[in-house]
Amino acid sequence: MAQTRSNRPLSPHLQIWRWGPAMLVSILHRVTGHGLAFAGLGLLLWWVGAIAGGPESYQTFLDYVWLGTGGGLATVTALLGKLLLVGLTWAFFQHMATGIRHFVLDIGAGYELDANARWSSFTILFSVAATALFWAFVLLR
Amino acid sequence: MGNGTSIGRVRGLGASHHGTHHWLLQRLTAVGNLVLIPFLMISLALLPSHDYATVHAWASKPVPATALVLIMLNTITHARVGVQVMLEDYIHEEGGKVIAWLLVNIVPFAAIAFGVISVIRIALGGA
Repeated sequence: MAQTRSNRPLSPHLQIWRWGPAMLVSILHRVTGHGLAFAGLGLLLWWVGAIAGGPESYQTFLDYVWLGTGGGLATVTALLGKLLLVGLTWAFFQHMATGIRHFVLDIGAGYELDANARWSSFTILFSVAATALFWAFVLLR
Repeated sequence: MGNGTSIGRVRGLGASHHGTHHWLLQRLTAVGNLVLIPFLMISLALLPSHDYATVHAWASKPVPATALVLIMLNTITHARVGVQVMLEDYIHEEGGKVIAWLLVNIVPFAAIAFGVISVIRIALGGA
C-alpha cells in the first residue's frame, strides 16, 4: 500500500510524550537487538571462520579486533574492536534483561505504572552492572 | 478456535494467517539464547588464554562445538525474526519490501551455512 502524504492529523508521536523508562527500554530493546544481530553475529561469524581457517587467519582476526600488532589500520580497528566488544556485552545484557521483562509482560504482569517504571529502570542498572562485572572478571583475574 | 461464525474462523490467525507462529518462534529462540549465549560468554571468559591453540582446542570439543552450531541455528533465527519485524515496521514502499523480503530470506541462511560449516571444520579437523 503506497503511503500518500495528506493533511489528515497524525497521532501524537515521540516528541509529544514525556519520556519515561518504559519508552526508553522499549526502543533500547530494538536497538540493542539489531546491534547484536548485525555487529554481534557478524563478529561471531568472522571469529569462527577465522578459527576454521587456521592459525594465520585467526591471528589476523586478533590483530584487527584486539591486539593491533599488525600496525597501520589494525591499530585503529583494534581500539574500535575493544569498544565494540564492550558495547556488545552491554547490548547483550540489556537485550536479555528487557527480553525477560517482555516474558513477564507476556503473562500479563507488571503493567502497573509504578512497577513498570521500576523494572524498566532496573534493566538498565542490571546491564551496566553486569557489563562492568564481566569485563572486570575478564581483565583482572 | 472456530465455531463456524466468520469471526471464529479467523480469530488468532492474524493478517498472514499463521496466527502466533512468528511471535512464538521469537520467544522459543529467546529461551535458547538465554542458555547458549551465557554459556559462550562464560566459557570464553574462563579460557586460560585466547591464542589459536587454546581457542581451537576448546571449540573442537563436542559440547562447545554443539553449542556453537546451536547458536548458529537458534540465534541467527532469532535475529532473522527480529530484523523482519523491524523491516515490516519501517519499510512501506513496494520496491523496498521486495528487497527486504529477499534479504531476510537469503542472508540469514547464508550466515547459518557459513557458521555451521566453520564449526564442523574446527571440530572434525582439517586446517
